[in-house]
Order: sequence, then C-alpha cells, then structure tokens
Amino acid sequence: MAFVNLKNKEVQAKVVFYGPGRGGKTTNLEYIYNKFRDRIKSDMVSIKTHGDRTLFFDFLPFDIGKIMGYDVKIQLYTVPGQVKYNATRRLVLKGVDGMVFVADSMVEQREKNLLSLKNLQENLTIYKKSIFKIPLVLQYNKRDLEKQGIPVMPLDMMEKDLNSQLKVPYFEASALAGDNVINTLKKIISLTMASLQNVLK
Amino acid sequence: MADNYDDDISLTDYTLGQDQLEKIENILTKDLVDSGVHSVLLIDMAGNIIAKGDSGRYEHDLYSLAALASANFAAVDTMAKIVGEDEFSLLFHKGENESIHFSKVHSEFLLITIFGKEISLGLLRLKVAEAIEKIKSVWSL
Amino acid sequence: MASDDDRSVTDYTLNQVQLERIEKILDSDLVRSGINSVLMIDMAGNIIAKGDNGKCNHDVYALAALASANFAAVDTMANIVGEDFSLLFHKGEHESIHFSKIFNEFLLISLFGKEGSLGLLRLKIAEAVEKIKSVWH
Repeated sequence: MAFVNLKNKEVQAKVVFYGPGRGGKTTNLEYIYNKFRDRIKSDMVSIKTHGDRTLFFDFLPFDIGKIMGYDVKIQLYTVPGQVKYNATRRLVLKGVDGMVFVADSMVEQREKNLLSLKNLQENLTIYKKSIFKIPLVLQYNKRDLEKQGIPVMPLDMMEKDLNSQLKVPYFEASALAGDNVINTLKKIISLTMASLQNVLK
Repeated sequence: MADNYDDDISLTDYTLGQDQLEKIENILTKDLVDSGVHSVLLIDMAGNIIAKGDSGRYEHDLYSLAALASANFAAVDTMAKIVGEDEFSLLFHKGENESIHFSKVHSEFLLITIFGKEISLGLLRLKVAEAIEKIKSVWSL
Repeated sequence: MASDDDRSVTDYTLNQVQLERIEKILDSDLVRSGINSVLMIDMAGNIIAKGDNGKCNHDVYALAALASANFAAVDTMANIVGEDFSLLFHKGEHESIHFSKIFNEFLLISLFGKEGSLGLLRLKIAEAVEKIKSVWH
C-alpha cells in the first residue's frame, strides 16, 4: 500500500522477501545493506532468535532516488520462513507492494519451496491480493552449492515447480556471494514502480 | 475464482493533500512537540510515516521505529483477537529517560510519541487525545 | 541441519522431571489462583510448558509465536530509543495478558479475566517465577 506524500514529493513502497526457512531471505538483505552502506542512512533492523533465525522480520529502508519527480523510498522486509511463524509472517505482509520469492535450490528443499509459495498465495488472499497480479520476482538461490558438490535442482525443474503458472521474471542467484542479488532487487523495484506509475499518472 | 481483488498496486486511500499534511504537521508541532514531546510520528499499518514532528534534540531512527511499531501493533492486535478481545488498550512503555506512548488514530493509523520527564504521562495523554481529535477533523475521518 | 531454536540451547535445558515440576507450579500456583491460561515459552516462540483452566480453546501456538515477536519488537524499539522497557501487560475488556521474563531465556505469559485483583495476580506470578527459577538449582 504505497504512500504518496504530495507535500514532500515522496513515495514509500514496501517490498517483502518471502520463502522457506533458511532459504536466504535475510542474506539477501544483508548483502544489499553491505553493498550500499554509504547510501543507506539507517541500520538494518533484525528481529531474530538466539539461533540467528528471523523471528519477526528484517527491515531495511532504501532510497532509490527520483522517479517522476518523486523521491522514492523502498522499505525492504523479510519474513520468518519457518512454518510455525505463519501468524507473524502474515503481519509483515500487510500493505505489501512487491514481492521477492527466495527459493532454496537444494534438492531436499523442493517440497518446502512449494509449501512456502502456496502459503504466500494464501496469505496474500487474506489481504485481497492475488499472487498472479502482485509485482513478483523469483530468485533461485544457492546455485553456488553445485560447485561445492552439493546437489541443486536443475533450473527447468524449479521453473516448472514454481513458475509455470506465474510466469514472472526469475534469477539464479547466490545471496552469500552476491550473485544476482542486486539484479533481483533492481527488477522488483522496477516492477513495483511500473505498477505505481500507472496509478500515479 | 475470487472476484474481490485489489490487483493493481494500491495507493493508500488517504493520499493527503499538501494542505492537509501541513495542517497535521502543525498539530504535531504545536500541540505535542511544543509541549515537550521529543518526537512524534503518525504512521499507517504498513509502516509508512505519514507525518512527523521532532524537537530536533534527539537522534532516533524514526523509519525503523515506524516499521517496528506498526508490525508490533499488528502482533498485539492479533493476540487480542486470539483471546477474544477486540483490541487491547496498548498504552506505553516506560523508560528511564524516555518513554514511548502509542495511540490509535481511527483503525488504520498510529500516533507514536516519544517523551521524557519534562511532561507528565497524564498531561501527555491529554495532549495526545486532543491532537488526535484535531487530526481526525483535518482528515475528515 | 538441526535448528538451534527447537531446543533450548543454553544452560537452561530441562529434563522430564523438571518440566513436570514446572507444569505443577503453573497449575497449582497460577491456574488455581484465577489465571485462565498460562504459557511458558522460549524467546523463539516455542511452548515449553502450559496450563489452563480447561475452558480455553484459543490457538496457543499462534499466541506463542506472536508473543515472542511482540516481546522482541519492544526490546528492539527500546534499543533504538536507548532505553530498557519492561513489557508488562496488555489490558483488554474481558481478558488481559501479562508477560514476565524468566532469566533471559523464557517468557511466562498469563491470561486472566476481570475476577481477582491485578495486584494479587501479579504477586502470584512473581512468586511462580521464583519457584520456576529454582527448578534449575
């Protein structure tokens, strides 16, 4: 639910990183935070457990500059991925404008990816949003594991599982190494802004 | 297939005119900051900061605070529903030097005030209640 | 990879005997004093022990997850403001929720209605917390 401040000529929009537990959502934000340290004025807020799992959310506000004369601030959030945190996960989705689904490429996470995507669809429905319409980018994370001899699912399998109906842009990525993290971010921002421009006109 | 979707990116229903925003910021400054409040934020439930007022003396990360407060408020609200309540009266958190007070403005907005010992809780609650009434009328809520 | 949160990875691990002692405290000290429902959770939202008066049918698992998130969020807000807030309780018309920390590892969440005085209940809760702490000695 983007907010437009006509006085300050400022737009705030919310992008949420979603996906199964330990899939790399927080790692994405950490990478972005480190990469753009000089441009991001505030600290990244992380509410996590002693075991370093996201408990509530991570939050990173990001100024992306001027679009159509408006200063655009994107608020990046992650949700807790573990199944037991569905109640809190749902709250973080409130007012979301764009989504990144971070899928785990490890073979044994196949089922979890599917469950998480379905969970996203259900939670969006509660806010009267359709997963087929909301700006969405898929990220197939942990591709780098292959080089370490850990089996990852082939791209066409993941595409078939997760993107055959959605048909949204996707990126093969490694959040830890930073591969395609920024490209994912740029894509979701441009999809979200495109959506916004239609409404702002 | 559901027919009731807000498919396009939706702008808040309450995009404020420049005039209204200035009036609200004035209220925050005159009624609250000038009475001794350190910082005040008017936020929505998505964590957007709609308006703010600041005494300029305290450096707090207001964007993070807004994100936390809105998500936290939603958590408390959900807990209330789970135990069969409509809502809890979520008042404030008392600190040694600064305290935070929360007040709902209509159902979708939150007024967050950070204040110190210069203003008593009783007076603050009064001022906040008055400010909220004024904000509501500017906004015709 | 085993999750660090699914068990208490601290000095505060509990065996079956200790757990039973805690549940007994929750029951005899709290539920019998008018607390409708009580949950002892860890900071990751896992329920360690619980007790209730038999009339509660709310979703305790969601409550536990939310309560731990709530507690952590308030803690984080406190850090931003440079303070130390103690989250006491949420007052409702019929039901209220009270939070108490047990060491830095657990939360005791007590749900109670309008019967009985708040002061007395808070006393009972404080006493129960001390008893629970002694289970580790």
